[in-house]
Amino acid sequence: MNKKVHVQAIINGEDVEFLCEPRQSLLEVLRETLGLTGAKEGCNNGNCGACNVILDGKLVNSCLVLAVEIHGHNVTTIEGVATPHGLHPLQKEFLAHAALQCGFCTPGFIVASKALLDQNSNPSESEVREWLAGNLCRCTGYDRIVRAVMDAAQVQEKTL
Amino acid sequence: MTTNELVDEKKITYEVIGKNPTRHDGTDKVTGRALYGADIRLPGMYYGAMSRSPHAHARILSIDTSKAEAFPGVKAVITAKDLPDVESKIADLGEGTINLRHQSNNVLARDKVLYFGHAVAAVAATSIHVAEEAAALIKVEYEVMPPVLDVRKAMQADSAILLDDIRTDELGKKGEVPSNIASHSQEQVGDLEKGFQDAAVIVEREFFTSMVHQGYIEPQNATAQYNPDGQITIWCSTQGAFGAREQTAEILDIPISRIRVIPMEIGGGFGGKVGVYLEPVVVLLSRKSGYHPVKMTMSRSEVFAATGPTSGSYIKLKMGADENGRITAAQATLIYEAGAYPGSPVGGGMGVMFAPYRIENAQMDGYDVLVNKPRTAAYRAPGGSNAAFAAETVIDELCERLGMDPIEFRQLNGVKEGDRRVGGPLYQRIGFLETLEAAKNSPHYRTPLEGPHRGRGVASGFWFNYGGKSSASASINQDGTISLLTGSVDIGGTRTSIAMQLAEGLGLPAESIRPGVADTDSVGFTEGTYGSRTTFATGWAAYEVSKQLREKLLERAAILWETEPAKIRFEHGTFLFDNKQMTIAELASRLDETGGPIVASAAVRPEQSGPTFATHIVDVEVDPETGKVQILRYTAVQDAGKAIYPNYVESQIQGGVAQGVGWALNEEYLYDEQGRLINSSLLDYRMPVTLDLPMIDAVIVEVPNPGHPYGVRGVGEVPIVPPPAALANAIYHAVGVRMNILPATPARIVAELNKRQG
Repeated sequence: MNKKVHVQAIINGEDVEFLCEPRQSLLEVLRETLGLTGAKEGCNNGNCGACNVILDGKLVNSCLVLAVEIHGHNVTTIEGVATPHGLHPLQKEFLAHAALQCGFCTPGFIVASKALLDQNSNPSESEVREWLAGNLCRCTGYDRIVRAVMDAAQVQEKTL
Repeated sequence: MTTNELVDEKKITYEVIGKNPTRHDGTDKVTGRALYGADIRLPGMYYGAMSRSPHAHARILSIDTSKAEAFPGVKAVITAKDLPDVESKIADLGEGTINLRHQSNNVLARDKVLYFGHAVAAVAATSIHVAEEAAALIKVEYEVMPPVLDVRKAMQADSAILLDDIRTDELGKKGEVPSNIASHSQEQVGDLEKGFQDAAVIVEREFFTSMVHQGYIEPQNATAQYNPDGQITIWCSTQGAFGAREQTAEILDIPISRIRVIPMEIGGGFGGKVGVYLEPVVVLLSRKSGYHPVKMTMSRSEVFAATGPTSGSYIKLKMGADENGRITAAQATLIYEAGAYPGSPVGGGMGVMFAPYRIENAQMDGYDVLVNKPRTAAYRAPGGSNAAFAAETVIDELCERLGMDPIEFRQLNGVKEGDRRVGGPLYQRIGFLETLEAAKNSPHYRTPLEGPHRGRGVASGFWFNYGGKSSASASINQDGTISLLTGSVDIGGTRTSIAMQLAEGLGLPAESIRPGVADTDSVGFTEGTYGSRTTFATGWAAYEVSKQLREKLLERAAILWETEPAKIRFEHGTFLFDNKQMTIAELASRLDETGGPIVASAAVRPEQSGPTFATHIVDVEVDPETGKVQILRYTAVQDAGKAIYPNYVESQIQGGVAQGVGWALNEEYLYDEQGRLINSSLLDYRMPVTLDLPMIDAVIVEVPNPGHPYGVRGVGEVPIVPPPAALANAIYHAVGVRMNILPATPARIVAELNKRQG
């Protein structure tokens, strides 16, 4: 169990390599080995979405992906959402709408929302709600989160 | 601090208060940089894991840790034997208390395990996986006892007894035989018999609710570094660093001065992160492992099984009203599950039950009852939702019998300044009637609801709010900004709501304040972020600091202008004298010329806090085939006193509604007959997701609190009080069944519908 595996991947645009045990989840390696603690552990069994990352363009719960599985693949975490020029429109709109209280679920929501906007630049309220149904927030009642995502889509449309 | 400086509500226009600046910690939180407790990684750190009871009620006969100790990578194993014997002593948990000996036994079970998941031993090892494997090797021999899972059965004389030392506190007198009834308290006013004689309609009903969890997304976690000199540092997720320090010190029987608690960012609490669970354990593991730091994080199933949910309850309520709709009498019995140790929020329930109404003849009897479930903890307006579910449902039935509009009924009976709360003090200026008026005039209430299987429900709620002790310290930077430190953990934007109150006093924008949350060595004593107290009390401390800074700055300006401070005017952050003017930033850059740095600090302890009220309206559509309830529209009206940071006040209201909706429709602890929790995951414990809720209209009413310099009332808790009753009433008006049991799941609704159809 302790024999470690060598893994190479692209994380947030950077070539990364690390050693991990086969049993370690991507979430654990991101947080404990790579120091990328933006992805959060809320449940460790795929129910809360706080650990969401984008794997080859698809939204996944990093607690349900083994770290060895990302060998040769491309991962975007919350740390890779902002650009060198500043915050992503989603991040700006989350702040403008006060779409967070404790902030613990926020990285997951922003990553999940980015995955949505990457494929649907103008989602309806019900599309946003359906997409984000895998992310739990206990503080806000979701109202402001949904509004922030819809407004971010509009901002993104205009700037493209 | 004096109360005669209170701001006149009609004259004041604010420069900062009431606006929505970007929160100071916002960028850290949307980029993943904010550091929460589990994000800590220290050199040489070990990881902890717990061994927990598979039984709900059992005597511990022996614990064999030898295999775990011999497991490669294990650095320390502890059991309750490593904890000192703590004497019985009551500790304040903000919105509740706990006997410290019970809390010590809750942290690690000593003689008995009292609930499924009760911690019995802990391991520190080189990785979390090694720690978990080793914990599984700890062998505990149990003598299994019958589990006590129902409050009313727990009260019977032949019930198994959880704690041999509990004697019922019967209206202040101690009982003589062991009992699961920890206490019976009573409130009584007027003449109940006469009150019911005067009633034209009387409704009497029973209500049942299950344990529900706060459901914060961040599990409990704690990291400790025990130094060879005896000094201890703890990084943890807590609502109150000072409370965590005190509880840990008491449980370990060491002076508080040996512990420094560094509160990390906190991923939600709602009352559940006031009491400690892991902190004393990681301290002991750190020492036993040779002074290595040890981190422990609960799994989600541990959070459900072994941290404090709030009480399930049994409530019996009888209310009468005369033909004009005036409440003539009310009588209630409230039985709340304490969990494994005394301390349910039944007192909170009794306080909330009749609080919105003038009732001259009333009696309430409250029982705090032990059951083999986790020791309950505070949960947002603790005890309130259970009680309001009963009261506001019965009132809806009274309205129906009388043919009265539910808001008009509440307007007729509603309390205002000078009325007395049943079992409580006289109300000062309060805003209940204002919430009713706003609800009545809302676009929601004025729009008729049409369509089959649709119904509208109304319910109101009350919460006391709390004041408590808070400290703040500030220093003026050379660029004219202010660094502000408080001891208040920021769960939902309070860095900013506190900073705004400092900024207001100095005429500075909120962005000119740099607020921080300090550890227990770095700021004055501050109670936790609970009781809807932080913006209220710590904000008040910041207001006091602003006054001191203003005075000191005036003195410096007077030195530069060679005049008296009294001759200088101060407006909008600028000093004015004799055609000369100087901003705070200009003056701050010249502090060295006038005597050096300026600092100020203040500590406050407001005696009164200003209670608040809410009135909610909800429209639902119920599918009579499946029992599914779809919420069509939700409006929550609430008196915020003065809303300092309105976006975040609204968000508190919306979040409270969402939790109340979960409580009403889906959430409950499910135990099997042996007392094993069978739904300890976020899949099976079903909290609302985006698809379950509509947009939630939060309507802020501002009736300034005369007991706060800016009129603030606590806002966080009351929004969870009305939703269960509002939804139950809406379901009734949709499909004609009165749900007297929470949660009103689809299965239960269908069962009621089938009963009605015979």
